[in-house]
Amino acid sequence: MPDPSAAPEPLLQIRALTVSYPAGAHAGALPAARATARPGARPARAEAHLEVVRGVDLDLAAGEILGIAGESGSGKTQLLLAILGLCGAGARLRGSVRYRGEELLALPAAQLNRTRGARIAMVFQDPATALNPYLTIGRQLTEVLRVHRGVGARAAERRAGAMLEAVHIADAARHLRQYPHELSGGMRQRVTLAMALIAEPQVLLADEPTTSLDVTVQSQILALLRELRERTRVAIVLVTHDMGVIAELADRVAVMYAGTLIEQAPVEALFAGPRHPYSEALQRCVPRLDGPPPQRLASIPGQPPDPAALPPGCAFAPRCAYRLEVCERSAPPLVQAAPRHWKACHYDEPLGRPGPAASAAAAATLAAGEVP
Amino acid sequence: MSARPAGERIPMSVPLQRPAAPEPPAASPSSVPPARAGAFWRLTLRRLAAQPTTRVAAALLAMIVIGCLVIPWLSPYDYYTPHFDLLSRGPMLAGAHLFGTDPLGRDLLVRVMWGCRISLAVGVAASLVSVLIGVAWGAIAGYVGGWLDSTMMRAVDVLYSVPFVPFVIVLTVLFGRSLWLLFVAIGAVSWLDIARIVRGQTLSLKQREFIEAARVAGVRGVDMISRHIVPNLLGIVAVYATLTIPAVILFEALLSFLGLGVQSPMASLGSLVADGASDMQAHPHLLIVPAALLSLIIYCFNYLGDGLRDALDPRSR
Amino acid sequence: MLRYTLRRLIIAVPTLLLIATLAFALLHAAPGGPFDSDKRMLPAIQRAIEARYHLDEPLWRQYVRYLGELSRGDLGPSFQYRDTSVNQIIAQGLPVDATVGLAALALALLVGGTVGVSAALWHGTRWDHAPMALAAVGISVPVFVVAPLLILVFAVALHWLPPGDWVAGSPSHLVLPVVALALPYIGYVARLMRGSTLEVLASPFIRSARAKGLPSRLILWRHALRPALTPLVSYLGPAIAGLVTGSIVVESVFGLPGIGRFFITAALNRDYTLLVGITVLYGAFIILCNLLADLCYAWIDPRVRLR
Repeated sequence: MPDPSAAPEPLLQIRALTVSYPAGAHAGALPAARATARPGARPARAEAHLEVVRGVDLDLAAGEILGIAGESGSGKTQLLLAILGLCGAGARLRGSVRYRGEELLALPAAQLNRTRGARIAMVFQDPATALNPYLTIGRQLTEVLRVHRGVGARAAERRAGAMLEAVHIADAARHLRQYPHELSGGMRQRVTLAMALIAEPQVLLADEPTTSLDVTVQSQILALLRELRERTRVAIVLVTHDMGVIAELADRVAVMYAGTLIEQAPVEALFAGPRHPYSEALQRCVPRLDGPPPQRLASIPGQPPDPAALPPGCAFAPRCAYRLEVCERSAPPLVQAAPRHWKACHYDEPLGRPGPAASAAAAATLAAGEVP
Repeated sequence: MSARPAGERIPMSVPLQRPAAPEPPAASPSSVPPARAGAFWRLTLRRLAAQPTTRVAAALLAMIVIGCLVIPWLSPYDYYTPHFDLLSRGPMLAGAHLFGTDPLGRDLLVRVMWGCRISLAVGVAASLVSVLIGVAWGAIAGYVGGWLDSTMMRAVDVLYSVPFVPFVIVLTVLFGRSLWLLFVAIGAVSWLDIARIVRGQTLSLKQREFIEAARVAGVRGVDMISRHIVPNLLGIVAVYATLTIPAVILFEALLSFLGLGVQSPMASLGSLVADGASDMQAHPHLLIVPAALLSLIIYCFNYLGDGLRDALDPRSR
Repeated sequence: MLRYTLRRLIIAVPTLLLIATLAFALLHAAPGGPFDSDKRMLPAIQRAIEARYHLDEPLWRQYVRYLGELSRGDLGPSFQYRDTSVNQIIAQGLPVDATVGLAALALALLVGGTVGVSAALWHGTRWDHAPMALAAVGISVPVFVVAPLLILVFAVALHWLPPGDWVAGSPSHLVLPVVALALPYIGYVARLMRGSTLEVLASPFIRSARAKGLPSRLILWRHALRPALTPLVSYLGPAIAGLVTGSIVVESVFGLPGIGRFFITAALNRDYTLLVGITVLYGAFIILCNLLADLCYAWIDPRVRLR
């Protein structure tokens, strides 16, 4: 079980979190994928539930930035939603999510509302749709304070103005009276950050906060996040598919694949020496500017699995260059590979050399790409 | 992100995403190869049939259609010959007057079935006309865009403000009653909604990549509209056509109720309701039978239209 | 906002002109003149009447005169009631229409809106399916079917309410006509509100609001209701047009002395000026209502105002 990076009690403690949906919800969405499910794949469970997050353990310490990396469908967004109880209708949550010792999963909505926004806040991917187009910015900012902190209208407005300035929006008073569609994309994302942090929560969940922004704005928002962490010591869970963002901002990284956590490490350790074949393959896929140009761009062969037809054993095994026989039979548990570095993989040798089960295609991939 | 000197950690701005799993089939037949278009309609039909309520609605409509075609042919009575010995009798088995007779002794069942014929015929035919006009108007306006679009849609806006029922009443008063006038008047009214919907759809279709691809390949104008845009509109047009029919039937029934539709002795469901309403205290069956049938027809069409709309919407399952 | 209003007004004028012109055209295109009654008239009297009604002037002159009168709000004299003007007849019938129409609209919006939003909140349960099935029935049964049926049940069979007629100040005489008129609109509004509320509740910004820890009631009333109302406001224009049409039927079935009933008698008696005058009135009213609905829409949705 992962230990907190420092002695004090972790702010957020997630154990064995599982999020599942009734099978019908996915039945219409991916008919083609089902047609290509491997024979012998584990059939959907008896009660016909699809698990999109499977047994995740995570800790978050005060003031740290935890990056969660994964592709679409890996379950990373569902993980965040589950923390705040925002999953869609029909979702079943199992496991434990503790904030400062208080269990959140079983809480009724009325009590959960005391935590949402005030102690744990969330920003979403697309600022254009995350703000209510029918209400002014000022309204959407002040209501958080008025509901959670009982602040009066005037005082709330003043603090909203101060918050906008804290996220580097000049001329705050004018913008408070504007509507979301009157602002640019970057400004809207700043507003959503302001909205999330105005009640001074201790945890910020950020779901791909920069994905829908262009690159220059992206770096400004990342810098802003870093500054806000310095100033307020808020802990940030940053979900993204962009390893560059992780490299820029995160202290620790957790990599997710097919709903499970497959590697967790401090950011330098992960980039310097990944211990899981998936993380390693991802890094190999990046074309590098040093060295000779590759003949072909590397990629990971295969597709991520359909949650309705998960293979028995390790979910990554079908695409893994290092797979062993045991990988197809049993899912590897998360084990410690180095201080503060965990991986969920049966393969124990250092990565970088073709493993015993490497297919010709995988070997060609390794040869065509760079040798790390 | 600017390049950094080698040795420093190079920002790896590369998404982790692998090629996404095949997207769910788009809700339109012509964005897939022709071989799969039939599959699209079969899937729609299957989803439509999956709902028990739409099955019931379709079955009821089928029965009514069959009934209105077959019963007047089979029945020994016609709709216009009075029988003075059997005035305004209630439903009875003797003489097979299953719905009774009207104030002139004519069999109500046969008259009601004739009424259904008229309502359904006018409904389907006028809807067809309005669909054709509406689709053409909307597709052209949406596709050509620019000032033509503005003008055509302004015209639609203006026409929307015209109070149609009063106008049609005025027309029938001035020019006399005729089925043909009815037909034209109703068709002229009902195309507005479809034109708006089709124009909206066309606008959003224009942005889709396959239209760009076709344009690059040299497809232009009328060819583009008829081969690429219109087939993709069929889904939504089918929904609105199915929903226009009951509106048209309602309109025709209203005019007939007011005495401005079909002429006696021909009966429309609307005129039968009017006749029944004037005598309902003494002989309620004269009102209830045509009223129930008219409502049933409209209800079933509405249900089918709703069901079709749900079946075509990829999100609603 | 002001510019938006101005633009809408500018469109309204040609529309009104079109309706007026159509009305004029119809008035003069009718086969046979307005005085083609059964009585034969002496030529002298015929000429006098024509002069009085300006029917001897060239058509364009009559058109200009017509527009002039129209812009002053004068709809001309009635042909049936020789000494009364159309305006007077309309003024007589207006209170009835206004009362019944407004009451029906209020009923439709309040009942339909409440039912629709509740159905959305109880989505998937029987409190969703049952009201929606009833709404579907309400839409499908025409006004001219509902009205007689209501009379049959509540007045004739149960004797709870009077079967018709108008007694000023008597609420019981209002109940059946208003309900008959409002019924399909209750259904439309309920379905509309259910659909749009469901759609709004699934929006990303509602998820943001929940993530902020706002209580459900606040989310519904402050965040969800306004966006959910926009399709309803768009629908108001056609709804009012429909209420106007429906009032014609309701007044004739219940024997209410409103404008709609005068319209029917005008149709039967070939009183062209009254007929056309009322049609122009209806048209102007619908245009006005559409304008108001557009303004309401812009008031609700801030994104529209800037254009």
